[in-house]
Amino acid sequence: MKKLFRSGAWFYLPALLLVAFFVAYPFFNAVCISFVRWNGYSASRTFIGLGNYLTMLGDRVFRSTFFNTLVYGFGSTALDVALGLALAVFLDAKFPGRNLTRTVIYLPVLISGLVMGYIMYFMFQYSHGALNDILLLFGLEAVDWLADRQKAVAVITLVNSWQFVGNTMIIFLAGLQSIPRSCYEAAELDGAVGWQRFRNITLPLLLPATSSAVILNLIGGLKLYEIIVALTGGGPAKGSHSLSTFIADEYFSSEKAGYAAALGVFSFVFIMVVANLVNGYFRRKEREQG
Amino acid sequence: MKKKQRISRLSHMLVSLLVCLVYLMPFYVVLMVSLKPVSDTSSRLAPPASLYLQNYAKALQNGQILNAIKNNAVILVLSVLVIVVVGSMAAYPLARVQSRANELVRRLFMGIMMITPLTILVGLYSILSRIKAISTYWGIVLVLSAFGVPMAVFLYSNFISAIPKELDEAAMIDGAGRLKTFFLVIFPQLGPVTVTVVIMQGVTIWNNYLFTHYILQKRELFTVTQVIQGYFSTTSSDYGGAASVAILGMLPVVIAFAFLQKYFIQGTVDSAIK
Repeated sequence: MKKLFRSGAWFYLPALLLVAFFVAYPFFNAVCISFVRWNGYSASRTFIGLGNYLTMLGDRVFRSTFFNTLVYGFGSTALDVALGLALAVFLDAKFPGRNLTRTVIYLPVLISGLVMGYIMYFMFQYSHGALNDILLLFGLEAVDWLADRQKAVAVITLVNSWQFVGNTMIIFLAGLQSIPRSCYEAAELDGAVGWQRFRNITLPLLLPATSSAVILNLIGGLKLYEIIVALTGGGPAKGSHSLSTFIADEYFSSEKAGYAAALGVFSFVFIMVVANLVNGYFRRKEREQG
Repeated sequence: MKKKQRISRLSHMLVSLLVCLVYLMPFYVVLMVSLKPVSDTSSRLAPPASLYLQNYAKALQNGQILNAIKNNAVILVLSVLVIVVVGSMAAYPLARVQSRANELVRRLFMGIMMITPLTILVGLYSILSRIKAISTYWGIVLVLSAFGVPMAVFLYSNFISAIPKELDEAAMIDGAGRLKTFFLVIFPQLGPVTVTVVIMQGVTIWNNYLFTHYILQKRELFTVTQVIQGYFSTTSSDYGGAASVAILGMLPVVIAFAFLQKYFIQGTVDSAIK
């Protein structure tokens, strides 16, 4: 014990206590709740074992919710990484207005997802939505963007990518700036220019930035919550729920605390597995590259 | 060659202009909505016929949003303080002493970072109501701090590892204890990473909705996101009011960004790349 104190280990006790009480303990509490049937406030809880987990298998809303979550996670990541990389390469060149453009793209990152969702509602609303006004201006027909499931999910994915592409762009810009000039000069001597240079020099050297960007976007997208609350509230007919909004809905509106807890545990395990697999994939690639 | 360069520069500027338009349009639209009376049914893309500031006047008079900004400020300052002190302290032994116990603690913090807030919410809510932390400043501050600490530990321990150990040793030889060494010698060196922690956590806490929405249920404790949500859901016809409140609520973050841009960008890079 004395040695422990001398090494200063007690320094992390406050942090450990804080995290243990407000994150770890609630997590275990949630795991326990996932094995009972409970409405969230009454004293009666019935132990039903894996019952809540089995309910998921037969729940049609869960299946569509899970599918949507995959779209939000992987769809947003694909869009964000592709666009973020393109923007970074484009804004790495020197020209007047470059810094201003970077700032403008980064700005939405700082806004709460909830508020951004509400602002976007002004764009995507059916009557008087700015986007439909533009369509009408060009003589096209107005579209009811949030009326059916597919469109709502697509709009939410787009808004999420649009809002956070600034983050990805910044990560890639930092990556681009860390590539030594000599690499490009050597490539030029070998006659690699344009696309070839990008494919064979830039892209491989951006691997660390790419792995950070992919993992950050994946975790963010798979947890997506605020934008959905603001834009559709999970509708129409529960068609645009993500796991996150579905959990909150089941717990607070449907009073199915046990089921909500089971969904939460599932969501955590799923994100953990995906993040680890993707992380492992990038580690292996980095090793191959040496 | 000169001509080619000029064309490339011009095309870059044109594409930039287009990108900026796409990015500024939603902000332009919300600004226009906030500057028109509800009776004005012109396109949201059109500027108002005359300057109409009643939406802002009403929002300020009603006071909800100002009170929310005050609540946000209190919660932000207290939470960030806890995160910086507790996080940097925890990082110190983790960065300095290589031991199996420390490795385990480090892993624990990393693992905690992966836990999704929604998974916790179900378990957290019943605990908080048992200890009477619902609708209290200390309840929300401790929850937000607990969620911010792992990231802070991660950033601080990376940074401390790069500070030469000789610095602590010199202080210890002079008779300073661990605590004194840390706060008087090491902590003053942590300026750059503290700026990153304060900015990244500050933005996260200012924008938080998930925890504040469920934990703060008393009207007078509502935060900015809660008040904005209230305007959008209950006064569904009063888009002008909702838009003006959204703008007022975003303003503090945007102003901070305008002055501290460099640090925001640095913070984003530092917290993303290991």
